[in-house]
Amino acid sequence: MLSQKVDRRDGKLAMAHFYVAFIALAIGGLAGLLQVLVRSGKFELPAGIGYYQVLTVHGVVLGLVLTTFFIMGFQLAATSKTSGTLTSKQRTIGWIGFWTMTIGTALAATMILLNEATVLYTFYAPLQAHALYYIGLTLVIVGSWLDGAAIIMKYTEWRKANPGQPSPLMTFMSLVNTLMWMVATIGVASTVLIQLLPWSLGLVETVNVGVSRTLFWYFGHPLVYFWLLPAYMAWYVVIPKVIGAKVFSDSLARMSFILFLLFSIPVGFHHQLLEPGIDPAWKFLQVILTFLVVIPSLMTAFSLFATFESFGRSKGGSGLFGWFKKLPWGDARFTVPFIGMVAFIPAGAGGIVNASHQMNQVVHNTIWVTGHFHLTVATAVVLTFFGVSFWLVPHLTGRKLTKKINKLGLIQGSLWAIGMTFMSGAMHAAGLLGAPRRSAYSEYGGAAQAIEWIPYQIAQAVGGSILFIAIILMLYIFINLAFFAPKGEEEFPVGEVAHEAEKAPMVFENWKLWLGITVLLVLFAYTVPFIDMIQNAPPGAKGFKLW
Amino acid sequence: MHMHKFEKVWLIFGVAALLVFLTVLGVSAFYLGNQPPSCLATIDPEKVDTTAPFNEPGLKKVEGKDWDYELVFVAQAFAYTPGEVEVPLGAKVKVIATTKDVIHGFEVAGTNINMMVEPGYISEHVTVFDKPGEYLILCNEYCGTGHHMMTSKIKVVE
Repeated sequence: MLSQKVDRRDGKLAMAHFYVAFIALAIGGLAGLLQVLVRSGKFELPAGIGYYQVLTVHGVVLGLVLTTFFIMGFQLAATSKTSGTLTSKQRTIGWIGFWTMTIGTALAATMILLNEATVLYTFYAPLQAHALYYIGLTLVIVGSWLDGAAIIMKYTEWRKANPGQPSPLMTFMSLVNTLMWMVATIGVASTVLIQLLPWSLGLVETVNVGVSRTLFWYFGHPLVYFWLLPAYMAWYVVIPKVIGAKVFSDSLARMSFILFLLFSIPVGFHHQLLEPGIDPAWKFLQVILTFLVVIPSLMTAFSLFATFESFGRSKGGSGLFGWFKKLPWGDARFTVPFIGMVAFIPAGAGGIVNASHQMNQVVHNTIWVTGHFHLTVATAVVLTFFGVSFWLVPHLTGRKLTKKINKLGLIQGSLWAIGMTFMSGAMHAAGLLGAPRRSAYSEYGGAAQAIEWIPYQIAQAVGGSILFIAIILMLYIFINLAFFAPKGEEEFPVGEVAHEAEKAPMVFENWKLWLGITVLLVLFAYTVPFIDMIQNAPPGAKGFKLW
Repeated sequence: MHMHKFEKVWLIFGVAALLVFLTVLGVSAFYLGNQPPSCLATIDPEKVDTTAPFNEPGLKKVEGKDWDYELVFVAQAFAYTPGEVEVPLGAKVKVIATTKDVIHGFEVAGTNINMMVEPGYISEHVTVFDKPGEYLILCNEYCGTGHHMMTSKIKVVE
């Protein structure tokens, strides 16, 4: 089965997701360019377009649309490749999911363009957007559940056909991410459907802000792991095959994914550390749980570098770092995701700072945080997704990654690294000095402190402009691979486990156990503070439209 | 399940580092009292102007408390009241803030004073102003069109 190509019909479904994802990249990238230019203080938006409207576009289309569409397309393709072609029922559900997500995106986008939803992608109440914005975002989530249902059905079918066998690793990973996503999105779906939608329709007058934020962040942190796990899937399974090595350990890869399922969700309070209405002891408990989710990332880092080193040594690399030179640096499918891996080292360290109970106070809502997630999602994750596109898009469209496009890919990745070093580096530095995130250009009444931030903002504009060039290159590569590259067969690289490795223990497939522990951990971390929040609720907040 | 010896070493090192970090944070929080702002008091967001202490924003000397002054701010799109305030150098001050409309941030740039201000809730942070100078207060949570114009100023004077 591993030698098979992804079925053309499944390929079309995945490609449909990728078209939307790359359109989102184009729009969101342009919005990002406008933002850094405005913040440099040298440029003003034409035609009365608001900075915050552009910022809402940027967050929604890149944070929610690009990621969700790409991930669902990738996971559907990976499941079809490793567990067999989807049945027509599974594929139909996938298509319904795709169209639900696309209609939802169009609705939300329309409301943003009409300036009815300039509430950013986090839509914190009591800023009140048009009801259709909330409905649009809900449809994106519901559509992703349908895509996820197709993956779950395929997994179940495979397990029935292969009793007593561990599922294919890529299917297993896609499944874990899907399950985590479903448990996590219950939070945001609850606040939108129970609180925000009735309130925006005028059915209820006020909203409980604390509850809404808590439900949002119950979803908001696993959201970032939902972005990260497909990148980890590529790092664990695809990259070893690309460089010609074996998967380091099938069992440990599964274990790290299970740990992500357990510990990604009960950690939302670390986004709410500076908020009133939550007892600090409960915040600290979730800080501890947040630190536990570092462990599977440490496992991943080890596993990757072990694969790289053993491969480099098998090619004759000697000495402490001789193996490093033997890696296939000329192959964009490896090098571009590798840049992402390197970015994840400072990104992860910065994340630990953000989650550190008191240290958070220094950086909370400063542009340091923006610098942080532009290393995590906007470098580690996105460059890996680009690296995946280099082979997955031609695999699905029956074309070849040519030498020329491979070279362009390498240039694209390098430009990204340079641009992001400037932009994210300047963001981290300015954030430590106190410069806020999510703010248009301002001299803050001529305050001396704010003047110091401006050179960093110019550096951000330089970095952001380089990144925009990298985005244009990537769009060119995508269009080439989708429509113009020469016909041929491009490999879907699926790493095999080393011969001496043992079979993965079946306990990893025990979903009653893992989902049971997931739910218990959520109840443990949230029940008491959540009940407190409802019992001691202040009078509700009326909606405001302040843009 | 087999785990390579080096991986064990790596994970033991990693987990031990995390435990050290957590211990530092825990001792700081529960022994030294460095908790993030987590005031549990609530307020009717529509009656802020008539509810003490927000009916008289600004600096007020207090007696018999762990701090010498209370510095009360009311946030509202897109301004803070007071718009400027003087604080004596070395004073131990409890900063108290709330909002009359949407969520705002309350950040005193270049200090550790940073908290979310949310409708219906009161936010507090106790601090000592031990360096003279002008400190910029700004809103660091998006609140609408004028978000980046929302500022105030603390002058720490001898």
